[in-house]
Amino acid sequence: MSNLIELFAYDFFVKAFLAAVFASISCGIIGGYIVSRRIVFVSGGITHASFGGIGLAFLLGFNPLLGAVLFAVMSALGIQFFTKVAHVREDSSIAIWWSLGMALGIIFVFLTPGYTPNLMSYLFGNILTVTISELVWMFILNVVIILFFAFYFRKILYIAFDEEFARAAGLPVALFNYLTITLIALTVVLNIRVVGIILILSLLTIPQATANLFTKDFRKMLVLSSVFAFIGTISGLFFSYYLDIPSGAAIIFTLVIIFALLRLYKHFFK
Amino acid sequence: MDALIKIENLSVGYDKQPVLHNVNLEIFENDFLGVIGPNGGGKTTLLKAILGLLKPMKGKIIFREDMRMKKKPIGYLPQVKHIDKNFPITVYEVVRSGSLMKNPKKIKTREVKQKVEWLLTEMGVSDIRDKAIGELSGGQMQRVFLCRALLSDPKILILDEPDTFVDNRFEGELYERLKMLNQEMAIVLVSHDVGTISSYVKTIACVNDSLHYHPDNIITQDQLDSYNCPIKIITHGEIPHTVLKRHE
Repeated sequence: MSNLIELFAYDFFVKAFLAAVFASISCGIIGGYIVSRRIVFVSGGITHASFGGIGLAFLLGFNPLLGAVLFAVMSALGIQFFTKVAHVREDSSIAIWWSLGMALGIIFVFLTPGYTPNLMSYLFGNILTVTISELVWMFILNVVIILFFAFYFRKILYIAFDEEFARAAGLPVALFNYLTITLIALTVVLNIRVVGIILILSLLTIPQATANLFTKDFRKMLVLSSVFAFIGTISGLFFSYYLDIPSGAAIIFTLVIIFALLRLYKHFFK
Repeated sequence: MDALIKIENLSVGYDKQPVLHNVNLEIFENDFLGVIGPNGGGKTTLLKAILGLLKPMKGKIIFREDMRMKKKPIGYLPQVKHIDKNFPITVYEVVRSGSLMKNPKKIKTREVKQKVEWLLTEMGVSDIRDKAIGELSGGQMQRVFLCRALLSDPKILILDEPDTFVDNRFEGELYERLKMLNQEMAIVLVSHDVGTISSYVKTIACVNDSLHYHPDNIITQDQLDSYNCPIKIITHGEIPHTVLKRHE
């Protein structure tokens, strides 16, 4: 135990711990929303499309997260546009943006002169290299998400549950949908450093599946998802440190193990 | 007296393709209107137009003066297939979501809560208030959504195929309840089953491409045929049954 506490003497570990806290809250809440609303696939599309922005940032030499935000928001709007205006089937338009973003990313990275050392940390995440400015942005995002869900909790819930009823009641459903899809895009991008583009979908779905074992109440589900996300991220972080394995993969593996154990527990004891 | 809702020459549909043409209909206080017609004939489209979910392509829907607020005093019970039964939401929250239809000026959280409790008790579902929507039986779910529709004190209650929630045994219970509610509000009941509803409704409208209004609740096969309404009436003794003809 004293070994654990000593770890907090290291600057990089304190930052990683804070990143884990922020990632758990934002992914817990936003993921709970995504899963309830059945828009996991949309979120996957946005996540992977953001790779194009990271590639572009490498090529032109600006902050990769800025590029990722750009592509994430663009693909979110693009998917909406393809589906609603151009009448492409929704799953097809998601797949188009998903692969387009990845393809552009690969082209941009290929065109970037020299070696791109950080590329792996964007694809698979590295919570131990999170910077102070990234932490600040993650903190701001957490505040925004918590305030948004606290103030508009019932409206968000009712729109998510029955969009048609909410529209008949004159709620600004389209506006809410754009706001939430923007929050999804930002959550995905700002948490890329924690588990990476390839693995972020897991933080948005596995803790939620675990929470769903114990509650069918939307509010409790958001809170429990954040708790399970935190337990998984922190224990994953310790495993990765002691076993010297990549943190992103260790976190996902822990999340799945927690889910599996609790699912089995529920099967045999309840 | 003025109609609560007056529909004039309404054409409405999706993507510039009208499903309904030149519909004329008036709904008065204490009406109990049965809307029948084949699948794909435009029953749900008509409801969506009344609820403001679809904009008229032609014609208009005129609401009586006391119904012209932003949130119309309309209670709506959707089709059961429209409900996401895996959504993590409790019975209590589903009923409370009916408060969205209430006009903001009237809303006081305490009043909403009291009304929710009262409705839950009245409909006999207060003991399942904390259950998830997916854990309910069809009959329970039907009553929960009826609570939601009634929370905003509607002047018109619209039900889209409410009989699909339950099997035939429980249908009678719902229709008796609607009969009581009809003393306070107009009811529009969409069904593909003419036989069951015809003993409860006062008037019938057949919707197929257009709308044919029938000012009483007895409808014959000849009339249905002349309305271009491909529904077949088969009578078994005292209880009339109906089946849908295959849609051509």
